[in-house]
Amino acid sequence: MLARNSEGLALTANADARRLRWPLRRRADAPIRGGQAESGLKRAHFTGSWLPFWLLAPQLFILLLFFFIPSVRALLQAFQLTDPFGATTQWVGFQNFERLFRSGVYWSSVQVTLLFTLAQNILTLSVALVLAFATNHIARGRGAYRTILLLPYAIAPAIAGIMLAFLFNPRVGPVAQMLQGLGFDWDPNRNSGHALALIVMAASWKHICYNYIFLVAALLSVPRSILESAYLDGAGPIQRFLRICLPMISPTLFFLVVINFVYGLFETFAIVDATTRGGPAGSTSILVYKVYQDGFVTLDLGSSAAQSVVLMALALALTFAQFRFIERRVNYSV
Amino acid sequence: MNERTPVLDFACHAILVVGAAIVCLPIYFVFVTGSQSQQEIMQVPLSWLPGDQFLANMQTVLSSAKFGKLLLNSFVVACGITLGKLAVSLIAAFAVTYFRFPFRLTAFWLIFMSLMLPIEVRIVPTYESAANVALPLNILGGWLGWQALIDLDWNLVNTYSGLILPLIASATATFLFRQFFLTLPDELCEAARIDGASPWQFFRLILLPLSRSNIVALAIILFLMGWNQYLWPLLLTTDPDMATAVIGLKKLMPQSDSLPTWHVLMNAAFLTMLPPTIVILLLQRWFVKGLVDSGK
Repeated sequence: MLARNSEGLALTANADARRLRWPLRRRADAPIRGGQAESGLKRAHFTGSWLPFWLLAPQLFILLLFFFIPSVRALLQAFQLTDPFGATTQWVGFQNFERLFRSGVYWSSVQVTLLFTLAQNILTLSVALVLAFATNHIARGRGAYRTILLLPYAIAPAIAGIMLAFLFNPRVGPVAQMLQGLGFDWDPNRNSGHALALIVMAASWKHICYNYIFLVAALLSVPRSILESAYLDGAGPIQRFLRICLPMISPTLFFLVVINFVYGLFETFAIVDATTRGGPAGSTSILVYKVYQDGFVTLDLGSSAAQSVVLMALALALTFAQFRFIERRVNYSV
Repeated sequence: MNERTPVLDFACHAILVVGAAIVCLPIYFVFVTGSQSQQEIMQVPLSWLPGDQFLANMQTVLSSAKFGKLLLNSFVVACGITLGKLAVSLIAAFAVTYFRFPFRLTAFWLIFMSLMLPIEVRIVPTYESAANVALPLNILGGWLGWQALIDLDWNLVNTYSGLILPLIASATATFLFRQFFLTLPDELCEAARIDGASPWQFFRLILLPLSRSNIVALAIILFLMGWNQYLWPLLLTTDPDMATAVIGLKKLMPQSDSLPTWHVLMNAAFLTMLPPTIVILLLQRWFVKGLVDSGK
C-alpha cells in the first residue's frame, strides 16, 4: 500500500518530514547539518547502544523475507524462462517483455484496465462529491447519514462483488429482473459491456465511502471567514461550493484521484474474481487478474513476472506522482 | 451566516437518502436472501421480504460448510495482523525517531521503500517465499556449496503465520507512528532523561500512553483490512480447514451447472460481514479520525 495522506495533515507538520518525502531534493538542497537538524530525528534523542538495532530488527527482518527478496526475485524472474514444473531456468534477456508486448491478449487487458479504472474513478469521485456537498450543506442528521454511508468500508471487496453479482444476476437478481422488466436485455455473463459495468459498479460501491470521508473532512476545513465573505458578496451555496470549496480542496481531490487509481489497479482483484472471473472472454480481465491467472493457473511464469514488473513500474509512477503533486500543492492557504 | 434555502435543503436530504438506500440495498438483500429457502429464491420475481429460514440456513452454513472454523481463522488472522503490525511498527518508529545511530537514514529508507509496492504486484515470488521461508538460505547454500543449507525447507502454506507475516511486511503503520512521534514536543524526552528514565521507560510510560488514540484508530483499520483479505489467503490456503471466511464464500459461489444455492451463500456472507460491521458501527468516531489522519 502506498503512503497516503490527505492534505498533508501529518506529513507537513514539520519541515523535516516535508524534506523526507522527496529523496532527490533532500540530497540537492538540504545538506544534513550535523547534530540539531538531522532529518526525521528528534532534537532530544538517545544515543549510542545496540538498542535501536534490536528495535528495528523485527521490522527489517520481515521486510527482508517478504518484501525485499520477493521484489528482487520478481525483477529477476522477468528476465528468466522457467518451465511450469520449476525444473530448469534460463536467462532470456528481454524475451518475456517482447513476447508480452506482442501479445494481443495483454493489450486488450491493458485497455480493459484503463477503461475500468477511469470509469471507476469518475463514478466514485463524482458520487462522493455530491454526497459530501449534501452532507456539508444540511444542518441536521449528518451523523446518521454518515454512519450509513460508511458501512461499505467494513465490507470485504469480495462480498461487495458477490452482493452485486447477485442483485444483477440475470436469473435470480431482483435488480436484473427489474431491468428485464423494463425491456433491457441485461446479461453480464454474455455481454462484455454489461460485465464491465458490473465490476465498475461493485468497485465504486465499495470505494465511495473512502472518498466521501476525505471530502467531508476537507470541506469542514475550508475557513469559514472566506465562505462568509463570499456569502456577503451574494454567492449562493452552490456557487460557494464551485468557486471556493472546490479550489480549496483540490489537494484532496488530487490525492483521491491517485488513490482511486491505485485502488482500481491493485485492490480490485477480489471483486473481479468474485463476480466475473475475468469473463466473458477476457473482457473484464484486468492486469492484476491476468498476473494471477498466468502465474497460478496457466503457469506461464516468465510472462507473469514480466507483467509484475510492468505493474511495479506503474505503482512507482503513481507514488511518484502523488508525492510530486502533493509537494507542489495547489493550495491557497490562509 | 443565516441563509434559508428550503429547496436546496430538501434536495440534499433527498440525495443523501438515495445514497443511503444504494448502500443499504445490497446489504438488505444479503439478509433477505439468506433467510429464504431454496424454493423461495427460485421464484420470479424474488420476494423483497425476509423469509423464516435464517436459522436453518445458518445451521447449514455452520455444519456443512464448516463456517465456524473459517470465522475463527479469520478472527485469528485479523487479530494477528493487527497486533503484529502495531507491535513491530511502534518499536521501529521509536528507533528511527528517538535514536541516533549509524545507518539510521538507511534503515528509514528501507522501511519507506516498502510503501511503494503492494503485495498484488509481486504475488508469485512472495508466495514462493512463504512456501519456503528458508529460500534465502537455500540460495546462499547454493553459492557456498553447503548441501545442508540447500535442503532446508520451512513451509508456511496452510499456517496462521503464513497468513499473517507477509501482510505485516509493509511499513504504513511505521510511517504513521513516525509522523506522530515527530509532532510530539521535545521537552517530553528531555524531561524524561533529566529524571533518569531509560529509553524503554520513556517508551512505555510516556510514548505509549500518548499514542493511545492513534493506536486504537489504526487497530480498527488493520483489523478490517486483515478480516477482508482475499488474494493472499486464496493463494496460501489449500486446506479448506485453514481458509478464512471470505475465501470460504468463494467456494460457496453457485456454479453455472448446479443448483444455485444463493441462500446458503448469502447467509454465510451475512455472518462474514457481521464482525467488521459491528466494529465500524461501535468505534466509528475513532475510525474516522484514524482514516483521515493516516490516509490509509
